[in-house]
Amino acid sequence: MPTLVSHPEEVKIVSSRFGQGAAEIDRYIELGGYQAVRQAMEQGPEWIIAQMKASNLRGRGGAGFPTGMKWSFVPKQSEKPKYVLVNGDESEPGTCKDHLIFLHDPHSVIEGTIIAGLAIGAKMGFIYLRGEYRYLLTIMEKAIADAYAKGFLGKGIFGSNFDFEVVSQTGAGAYEVGEESALMESLEGKRGIPRIKPPFPAVVGLYGGPTVINNAETIATVPHIFRMGAEAYAKVGSERNGGTRLFCVSGHAERNGVYELPMGYNLKKLIYEVAGGIRGGRQLKAVVPGGSSTPVLLASEIDIGLDFDQVGQAGSMLGSGGVVVLDETVCMVEFALRTIKFYQHESCGWCIPCREGTDWLKKTLTRFHAGAGEARDIDNIRYLAENMLGRTFCPLGDAAAMPTIAFVKKFRQEFEDHLDGRPCPYAKKPANELVGV
Amino acid sequence: MADVTLTVDGKRITAPAGTLLIEACRKAGIEIPAFCYYPGLSLQAACRMCLVRIEKMPKLQTACTTPVAEGMIVATETDEIKQARKSMLELVLANHPLDCPVCDAGGECELQDMTFKYGAGGSKFIDIKNHRDEQQWSPVVFFDRPRCILCYRCVRVCNEGMDVAALGIQQRNASSVIAPNDKTELDCEQCGMCIDICPVGALTSDTYRYKTRPWEMTHIGTICTHCGDGCKTTLGLRRSEDGMQIVRGDNRDKSGLNGDFLCVKGRYAFDFSDSPERLTLPLVRQEDGHFETVSWDVAIKAVARGFREIRDTRGGSSIGVIGSTRITNEENYLLQKFARGTLGTGHIDHHRTTDYVSFIRALGGQKGRFASISDTASAPAVLLIGNDPTEQHPLLAWNLRTNVRQNRTRLYIVNHREIKLTRQAKAFVQIGSDSYAAFASFLSGGDSTAFGESATSLRDALRQEPNLVVIFGSELRGADVETLVKFGLSLPDTKFACLGDYVNSRGAADMGLYPDLLPGYVPVAASGAMQTEYGERFPAQPGMDLASMFEAAGRGQIAGMYIVGDDPVERLGIAPETLRDTFVVVQDMFLTGTAKLADVVLPTASLYEKSGTVTNTYGDLQGVKKAADRAGVRTDLELIVRIADAMGHDVRKLVPFGKGVRADMGQSRGAQSGEADRHAIWLAAHNLEPKLSPFDPNALLDEIQRVVAGYDFDRIDLLAGSSPQVQPASAELVQIAPPSSRPDSIQPSGDTLFTSGTLGHYSEKLNEVQAFQEKKALVAAD
Amino acid sequence: MSLTNISVDKKPEGTIFSPELAARFDKLVTLYPMKRSALIPMLLYAQDEIGYLSDAAIAEIAHRLQLTVLDVRNVLSYYSMLRTRPAGKFNVQVCTNISCMLRGGQELFEHCERQLGIGHKQTTPDGVFSLEEVECIGACSWAPAVQVNYDFHDNLTPETLDAILAEYRSKASQ
Ligand SMILES: Cc1cc2nc3c(=O)[nH]c(=O)nc-3n(C[C@H](O)[C@H](O)[C@H](O)COP(=O)(O)O)c2cc1C
Ligand code: SF4
Ligand code: FES
Repeated sequence: MPTLVSHPEEVKIVSSRFGQGAAEIDRYIELGGYQAVRQAMEQGPEWIIAQMKASNLRGRGGAGFPTGMKWSFVPKQSEKPKYVLVNGDESEPGTCKDHLIFLHDPHSVIEGTIIAGLAIGAKMGFIYLRGEYRYLLTIMEKAIADAYAKGFLGKGIFGSNFDFEVVSQTGAGAYEVGEESALMESLEGKRGIPRIKPPFPAVVGLYGGPTVINNAETIATVPHIFRMGAEAYAKVGSERNGGTRLFCVSGHAERNGVYELPMGYNLKKLIYEVAGGIRGGRQLKAVVPGGSSTPVLLASEIDIGLDFDQVGQAGSMLGSGGVVVLDETVCMVEFALRTIKFYQHESCGWCIPCREGTDWLKKTLTRFHAGAGEARDIDNIRYLAENMLGRTFCPLGDAAAMPTIAFVKKFRQEFEDHLDGRPCPYAKKPANELVGV
Repeated sequence: MADVTLTVDGKRITAPAGTLLIEACRKAGIEIPAFCYYPGLSLQAACRMCLVRIEKMPKLQTACTTPVAEGMIVATETDEIKQARKSMLELVLANHPLDCPVCDAGGECELQDMTFKYGAGGSKFIDIKNHRDEQQWSPVVFFDRPRCILCYRCVRVCNEGMDVAALGIQQRNASSVIAPNDKTELDCEQCGMCIDICPVGALTSDTYRYKTRPWEMTHIGTICTHCGDGCKTTLGLRRSEDGMQIVRGDNRDKSGLNGDFLCVKGRYAFDFSDSPERLTLPLVRQEDGHFETVSWDVAIKAVARGFREIRDTRGGSSIGVIGSTRITNEENYLLQKFARGTLGTGHIDHHRTTDYVSFIRALGGQKGRFASISDTASAPAVLLIGNDPTEQHPLLAWNLRTNVRQNRTRLYIVNHREIKLTRQAKAFVQIGSDSYAAFASFLSGGDSTAFGESATSLRDALRQEPNLVVIFGSELRGADVETLVKFGLSLPDTKFACLGDYVNSRGAADMGLYPDLLPGYVPVAASGAMQTEYGERFPAQPGMDLASMFEAAGRGQIAGMYIVGDDPVERLGIAPETLRDTFVVVQDMFLTGTAKLADVVLPTASLYEKSGTVTNTYGDLQGVKKAADRAGVRTDLELIVRIADAMGHDVRKLVPFGKGVRADMGQSRGAQSGEADRHAIWLAAHNLEPKLSPFDPNALLDEIQRVVAGYDFDRIDLLAGSSPQVQPASAELVQIAPPSSRPDSIQPSGDTLFTSGTLGHYSEKLNEVQAFQEKKALVAAD
Repeated sequence: MSLTNISVDKKPEGTIFSPELAARFDKLVTLYPMKRSALIPMLLYAQDEIGYLSDAAIAEIAHRLQLTVLDVRNVLSYYSMLRTRPAGKFNVQVCTNISCMLRGGQELFEHCERQLGIGHKQTTPDGVFSLEEVECIGACSWAPAVQVNYDFHDNLTPETLDAILAEYRSKASQ
């Protein structure tokens, strides 16, 4: 069972019920659950969307798209049924927050899904968990069954004349399926290949019907917004970045864990105060601020507020909230290699630049890290990544290219240290083992 | 849709709203490179070669998925874009084996061409390429994974175009791989469309692999000889020991009425022409009953002597003549003219596979009622009664599928079996195999409950169709054809097609290979001008049909038979004794069952070795061109002329070549004598005197155009390579007498996708494919 | 006989799955607006029951969803958790992705290789364990983490992992 952490600086909204036994429906109700949805049902779609816009909630899946705006794109009239799709594919390395939501507060996801459905006029919602989260699916399925039993789901929910069905399932091991259109493909029982956009899911989504797709944390936040009031929620965060966010601290921090902090919270403070600094008192080398696809920040670049805009200004991205802390012992070439190895493995293979680009980055970096690098490789790696950037079919290609460019740009010296047959200067292993002979 | 105007590379272009940018650019002469985009197939946006810069868009956009919009400003060849394409190519090449020198596609590879254009020749990559061994997926399809660039064209053409879905994509990332449906083999229609559509050399064909280089071949566009659809095929030819050998059949230029399409036979079954069993020397039966190879001179003299003797002693009506469904219109026309005018017999027939006669008569001279094959790809509604186009008319099947997919055509199917095309059908009504006639009268308003509710709603739906194309197979004959046509004519603007089996089945019918009908379906009794044209031997009475001729031969009433390009003995199971007392002359490519019983066998050229025209079952007339060449053989046209000449007939009366000019009998032009003489046509068009040889089919085409109803098409169309439609039975010919008691002599070929009458036996590749399919069918059965 | 027999997919008779699973499948296909949506869950549950996706399992699932076998293979080969060959009773999946790597995930994997005597995607001769190096499994803040079948084990050291493996080993011999 993942350990829960706590820190006085935290503002617990989404995580307020963690560790409270809220996976049980009665306990959830006791803790104020399923109130927001009743209120939403009374007020109606326009009001819900207006509140969502006022909350300044931005998507927690990575791109930070304003949620209220997204919901408002769904056409009112539609020949085909509309759907809500909850993205619980959580696969971005460094990210494990949805894990805790499903484990401790599954009903918040169900309640958020119903509210989203009310807002857009959908009668069905899907909750898609990554395949590895099978034990969480069991929890989720029980929660759904309990909600049906209470009449919160199914025909005429909460005694109204509104019907709403929820189905949950898992994937079977594929990061790309977290991309919204690939997610829809997967849910339709297909390979996780993204779709051509436009049309966007809000217009043509699941089974051809208008679909709202949101990250699990985004959806779990929704009931809290109505509970607190949209303005109050917005005020917790920074400008244009409403509320709080679950930050997953991992790597070399002293106290790794998932912390809920207001948007705009200072990164340096997060690492040094909330997470207790660097383990063993070592020096900080770098921070990957928002999951493996976000460009690395130097230790000198971390005095910034953690919201979509400020991290963007610092040349990186807030991403999925996975804060990976790297101390002085880390070999950045090896770290880059491990990052690329992941994207190579997870590329869906559809488009040339990502499929071939990640494959060749992996091959080159593997050889390079093992000490068989050539000087021109360094420029080639960057050339390759720069030529992938912005040209792939979906953002996975960018997710591989962006960090790579940053690694070469910011740690060129470490790359050069591997040249001339020198094996990794940080290696704990002899060169022949590195090469794998 | 309304037109929009946009600016591409500074040039203003207009295109209908909704057009894809890549198409709009191509139409305006701006070529945007692409691997994965393929017109008519679903969009992929996977290769990223078509990236362009569109103003106000943050990133480069794929031209293959972007619809044009009013005021759009596009750049397609800036430095930024060139660099994007160059890097894309560098990436593809990173894992692509550079085995171009031995690759089949070398020289006609889209990847090579683009690499050349964008200068991505140098490699930045030094790591080892991913390798996998080449695989053979079927007798005809090979797959070389490392060469595959994953454009998914093959998968789509198989899925969407063929509705076979034998190819899929498996694994992911750089391990993604195109995979066949039956583990390591392809269980499919073996059409080879995947090979044709592959932009590189990943999918290759067994018939062509490692045989030659594209630039060492000559390419001739001609017509496939296998079924009644008459696809255009481009034959790749290579010099061989005894002539020109066909090494490839494909459809790269897509110019024919079949567009992209070719089936297994069109693509691979040309090899019969290269069969070691081909006859190349004339054979004459000796006293002791054995065949002896003889010179052409001896053989022709023997034939002429035989026929003249019979004609002059027993009368022309003791000779029977059988024409062919696989020779040209000119040859068939000449054959019946020779029969009627030189031999003086009315016993003329051919292997009938459908009832064209009733069909033409039912239409009663109406113009514009014949559906061309191209109508089947565009008509808003189609009714298909009988037949299984997937097996018997692959191009028709392709067109219907395409039409349904792209235009949502309403396809109505009536059949006694659930044929594969029912998957595309809006409505399907299954009837008993003996109920076609009843169904035709049901459609015309007969007993309205006989076929159940679905049939009634089908009929109701059909009654609402203003532009229906009615296609029917040989299940309907005689009066039933008339009933069906009458129903069709009760709706506005209906068109019809009658499905017959072989490449020139329709031509053979049009050219008058009937005992009772002259060219253009003119009854013998109404011969009029044709009689004077053919001379005084012209028989006034209708003759015997094919089956009766053999019966008569058995009774000793037919003393001579001239059988051209057909094997009735084998097909009808005729006992050898039947022909014991008959002087039989066979012209064929192979020693068929019929040829084995002949007195003289004359080896002939295949359709790929001659020029002329053929008419597909829809009446689309197309030119065939001499492609291959085989030492020893002669065209049927030449043989008929030579026999007539040896019989003492004035060949200038038989073939109206160069008025007043002495014929050189083709000698001075050697092998070229059969070649369509474009020069002569040009001369004629300019009112200069044409100097044709008697072996020039163009001279006959002139006469055909003059005397055969419906063949009054524009010659220039044909010469330009298009396929004018012929419409026999023009209004003046309504007087065709009903064939009252015509015995039903129609025998459908029963060919499947993998068989082709007699010819198929001599195609090694087709036999190999058949064995492969049989093995699969057996495995699937248990 | 027509030789264009493009649907090779044989109709399986009855079911190869347990009655419970077969019933579950019957229910699954009704949950979605489109039958096919049940494909991935079905593949997973079939694999859980049989240990891998056998030809027969694939054929039956294809038949249940009216898909071709090729189509099912196209899909299943895309997902890294699905396999067409048997694995050990306990599939030890060691995450070596960045957060785990920083916390000794790679060393943990190598430790398993030594302890179990097998490498990536291999199975012990007794069929008890198989080993896999996997991508991030969503336990980054509790790294290094290992999943054995569907169970998570986090904050591991080689020693605590040894204890866990021993537990599984004794479970296997029961
Ligand atoms: C390659 C890739 C992987 C992604 N993975 C996830 C994921 O695991 N979970 C998630 O919520 N969003 C993921 N996203 C983002 C989704 O596409 C989508 O933007 C998000 O689910 C929208 O929800 P939000 O607006 O609530 O953030 C991914 C995007 C990409 C391009
Ligand atoms: S960028 Fe291309 S290959 Fe990569 S995951 Fe997206 S679509 Fe697939
Ligand atoms: S043609 Fe547009 S991406 Fe391939």
